[in-house]
Amino acid sequence: MKMIRYGTVVLLLTVWAMAGQAQTRMHVQVREGQVRERPSFLGNVAAVLDYGDRVQVLREQGPWRWIETDDVAGWMHESALTRQRIKLAAGEEDAAGVASEQEIALAGKGFSQEVESEFRNRHTDIDFEWVDRMETFAVETQRLIDFLQSGALSPAEGGGQ
Amino acid sequence: MNIRSWMNGGRGSGHTHRGMGVSPMIHGQDLPARCAQAGARGTRSGRRVGRQTGPTPAWWIGIALLGAGLLVSGCETLTDVGATVGEATGTIRPEEAESLRRAGQAVGRTFQDITPEQEYYLGRTVSAAILSAYAPYDHAAVNEYVNTVGQALALASDKPVTFGGYRFLILDSDEINAFAAPGGFIFITRGMLRLCRNEDELAAVLAHEIGHVQHAHGLRAIRSSRLVTAFSVLAIEATRTLGSDEVRELTAAFEGSISDITHTLMTSGYSRRAEREADSAAVTIMRRVGYNPRALIRMLEEMDRQLTPGGRDFAATHPPPRNRINDIQGWIRDVAAKGEPYPVRQQRFEAALSGI
Repeated sequence: MKMIRYGTVVLLLTVWAMAGQAQTRMHVQVREGQVRERPSFLGNVAAVLDYGDRVQVLREQGPWRWIETDDVAGWMHESALTRQRIKLAAGEEDAAGVASEQEIALAGKGFSQEVESEFRNRHTDIDFEWVDRMETFAVETQRLIDFLQSGALSPAEGGGQ
Repeated sequence: MNIRSWMNGGRGSGHTHRGMGVSPMIHGQDLPARCAQAGARGTRSGRRVGRQTGPTPAWWIGIALLGAGLLVSGCETLTDVGATVGEATGTIRPEEAESLRRAGQAVGRTFQDITPEQEYYLGRTVSAAILSAYAPYDHAAVNEYVNTVGQALALASDKPVTFGGYRFLILDSDEINAFAAPGGFIFITRGMLRLCRNEDELAAVLAHEIGHVQHAHGLRAIRSSRLVTAFSVLAIEATRTLGSDEVRELTAAFEGSISDITHTLMTSGYSRRAEREADSAAVTIMRRVGYNPRALIRMLEEMDRQLTPGGRDFAATHPPPRNRINDIQGWIRDVAAKGEPYPVRQQRFEAALSGI
């Protein structure tokens, strides 16, 4: 009797574990979705996905997700992904048929480039030149690795929220 | 337009969210905006649960009340609401009904529903506003050093990826200050850099600012009425392209949000709780990377000595350093007292910042 119960528990756990392995569809929620060869920000970037691209998540390791698309596979950090479906244009597809508004996010809508342009028309004294320049400040992965190593620092990585 | 007058002009009567006579973005938005504040407050307490398990009871009640036009409870400004509803029920036109429906959908949406892309655009404009008040320090090598330290820290935070990434810029000001705009735009003044004696202390300031980004403190400063307007317009946008009135309405909500955030960053400051959260995040990040978190205490002590009371700097927008130091000491009892700075770190720190 005890064995049967034990067996049932094992079976249930196995089913649960398999369900956990099931594919999850997610979307890239950042401008440049970096796909890395290993689950680390210091790993080589194998590919860069676009905002709104759909990926299949096949497994996870800490905050990292192994993702696959038709032609890309690799590790992405969970904070670059959302379960929300990202719609790229207003009025397209079946927006009206979506069960909950919270399941979709409109790319380029809401507080967006369009609204920033309108804001800039209204406030011509506010200069975005240095904001644009700031966005070009980038630190190469190799430079970061050298910086950490020479400074006796560790390439620590945070989890997602 | 003068940046300060623009920022303060958009603010109304300070932080209080009730009875502030929200200037409606368009006619008819006042009522939903007020109720939304009550709705938003209701969901905030159980935020995570509410978001993961679908709409909270407060959300549904909000919609039901708005939809039926029976606003008899849930709002604190009953008289105002009653008057507005009375007006509305007499001659309710389709567009008014539409407006109510949209507001109903937007009720209960909080800063957490702001997508990373929208956070990025808010952050860009908040940054532009900061850069209207402070000149940038145009020295590539120093900015590159600060960005390298900053990136190492950001990757160790609980929000290592943002829509546009973390960026750091030095402000050409003697003031002792640092700011974080939504989405990861972080600013530090020359005055603050001069206060740092080593890389660990610079890391402490940057990690604290990253903590503000991680906890979305900037977005939390946005009044809920602005979000109701934004999400109401967004509900329309899901099905069709916006008309010019709607874009104007959205831009007004955007302007208001920028004003709320900028005012909080530069004039009123975050709550003591928010500063505590940012300090706690800073300690965690520094431990993960290998910087000594005691550097944060030394920076606070130094600021306490150097700040001018009543000045436009860190003192104006932060709780007294002494209170924060006590909290931090409790978190790092296990950390050894600060020894000599690590030679390579010290070398590169001095090489980069000698002329600051």
